[in-house]
Amino acid sequence: MRAFLRNERLMLTVLLVFALLPPLFQLMGQEYLLSLLNRILIYGLAAASLDLILGYGGMVSLGHAAFLGIGAYSAGILAFHSYEGSAVLNWPMGLVLPGSESLLLALFVAVVMAGFFGLLTGSISLRTRGMHFIMITLAFAQMFYYLFISLDRYGGEDGISLFGRGHLPGFDLNNDFIYYYLCLFILILFLVLARRFTTSRFGLVLRGGRDNEQRLRALGFPVYRYRLICYALAAAAAGVAGVLMAHQGEYVSPGLMHWTKSGEIMVMVLLGGSGTLVGPLLGAGVLLLLEEVLAIYTEHWMVILGPFLILVVLFARNGIHGLLMKIGGRDD
Amino acid sequence: MSSVHFVPVFLMLLFVEQLLNGLQLGVMLFLMSAGLTLVFGIMQVVNLAHGSFYMIGAYVAATVMLKSGSFVLALAVALPVTAAVGMLVELTVLRRLYERDHLDQVLATFGLIFFFNELTRMIWGRQPLFMDVPPWLSRTVELLPGIYYPSYRLLIIAVGILVALFLYLLFSRTRLGLQIRAGATNREMVAAMGINIRVLYTLVFGLGALLAGLAGAMAGPILAVEAGMGESILILTFVVIVIGGIGSIRGAFVGALVVGMVDTLGRAFLPQIFRLLFDSAAADRLGLALASMAVYVFMALILAWKPRGLFPAPGN
Repeated sequence: MRAFLRNERLMLTVLLVFALLPPLFQLMGQEYLLSLLNRILIYGLAAASLDLILGYGGMVSLGHAAFLGIGAYSAGILAFHSYEGSAVLNWPMGLVLPGSESLLLALFVAVVMAGFFGLLTGSISLRTRGMHFIMITLAFAQMFYYLFISLDRYGGEDGISLFGRGHLPGFDLNNDFIYYYLCLFILILFLVLARRFTTSRFGLVLRGGRDNEQRLRALGFPVYRYRLICYALAAAAAGVAGVLMAHQGEYVSPGLMHWTKSGEIMVMVLLGGSGTLVGPLLGAGVLLLLEEVLAIYTEHWMVILGPFLILVVLFARNGIHGLLMKIGGRDD
Repeated sequence: MSSVHFVPVFLMLLFVEQLLNGLQLGVMLFLMSAGLTLVFGIMQVVNLAHGSFYMIGAYVAATVMLKSGSFVLALAVALPVTAAVGMLVELTVLRRLYERDHLDQVLATFGLIFFFNELTRMIWGRQPLFMDVPPWLSRTVELLPGIYYPSYRLLIIAVGILVALFLYLLFSRTRLGLQIRAGATNREMVAAMGINIRVLYTLVFGLGALLAGLAGAMAGPILAVEAGMGESILILTFVVIVIGGIGSIRGAFVGALVVGMVDTLGRAFLPQIFRLLFDSAAADRLGLALASMAVYVFMALILAWKPRGLFPAPGN
């Protein structure tokens, strides 16, 4: 119980820092840091959604970036057709979806599409275990990657450039501050829902399946179905992160779905501490900051980052979260 | 309409050529997957960095070839170097991960990819290296009347088949092969029988790296040698292993040939088939898109039918 409360406290602290940093940046006259922080926040959302699968469900998915990409392309394709004045879908029987720059519509489409493809690919992937699961999720993600590369209409390998950040009634999203706080709001919403989800009966079954699948099955729980629903929900959340990312950078490309992106998101989860929800936020922050800082000193920063990751795996098993918990209290 | 009669002949020639191309990609994939499936099967380790050995093999071979002009020398240097790098990686990093879960292994070997890709950029720069086909292999051979094929690619196919034969003999006829197979089935038992499992692991890892290095060195003259070249073949290698069944050399062989064929024939003929059906530029693109996705769809179908692959090793 105490550990749980401390986890809550850490989460509140982190969110408070996220809320207070932007005004501070402005006081310091370092506004460009805001876009970095915004990126951290969005990647944090993507990583936290992967944490549902990875940390709570115990499923090692190496294809999460596909859902990020599906979300981003939902926003990108809607906006593309809006610029062009054409329809995204023009099917008979009045089934017409016009292009649009509405953020809410993009979010809705992204959740539906990412959730649907999560359900579809998950229903096949989850029939496998262990290494097979890692590789089949990876392969599905590559499949989407190649699919979007081949879509010439939507820029192929170059992707789609957005003109502006889309519309939300009552808000000027092109204002970096407003967009940042909108992202923060969505992140908080996700964390509240995810926290309720993981502590619910559903979450307990999920974690039980992670720790001892046989016992859960013997108790009569259909573990497969629980996992599938978790997988689809996490995919939908990643879709949301994808939309936010598309509008934040005003750019969508297949590179978002490349398997190294899935790997990076996974690194964020592990670096921060899996199965904690707040850990992935910290992981996203540390990884992106590290990239920025190392890039100042050398263009070959990956040669340092690689061994750093190996050291984290070997010696800091519970990530930053575990480290903070160790410092924070002696009562485990 | 007079060309109608030539179409079947032309298509047949094209088909045979693409069949050979598929075979060549297949044996390349076999070289990659044979080592990796052993590492997966015996040590239960997910190694994402296997593509790095392929890249190192290609770089070392290209460098030696540029300096000396001898392809044989290039191979003779590249193979031991990649084997040594592989064993070094096993001793320093992988060995500590055997008892960990797959998640840790994925993360650590992902770090290795970062490291090796950037290291090659530091040593050889960002520009790709181009390795020439050795002059004595740059001719084409007339296999059947009207069917010409580059002799270098034929060499690749021959080497792949020889390696498959070698591995078959190694595993079925030698004591080392027996121990490796036993290790794949039950490693505790093998250790209990007094076999030094650590040395065995290092050797198997070195062998896997050597085969990947061989694939990389052989691929040098037909691809651009550049940082990150290992990743594209790595993913296909995973597909092969998953289709074949983790830990099974036979599965790797069958899987590699099937994936090589599906990928090559898909790319060669799907766009044309779609052009015949729909007759537009969009059909072309649709065909290409489907062709690049074909192996993944194929894998999904196989796994939906047999979740453990075609030839699951007994221990897994």
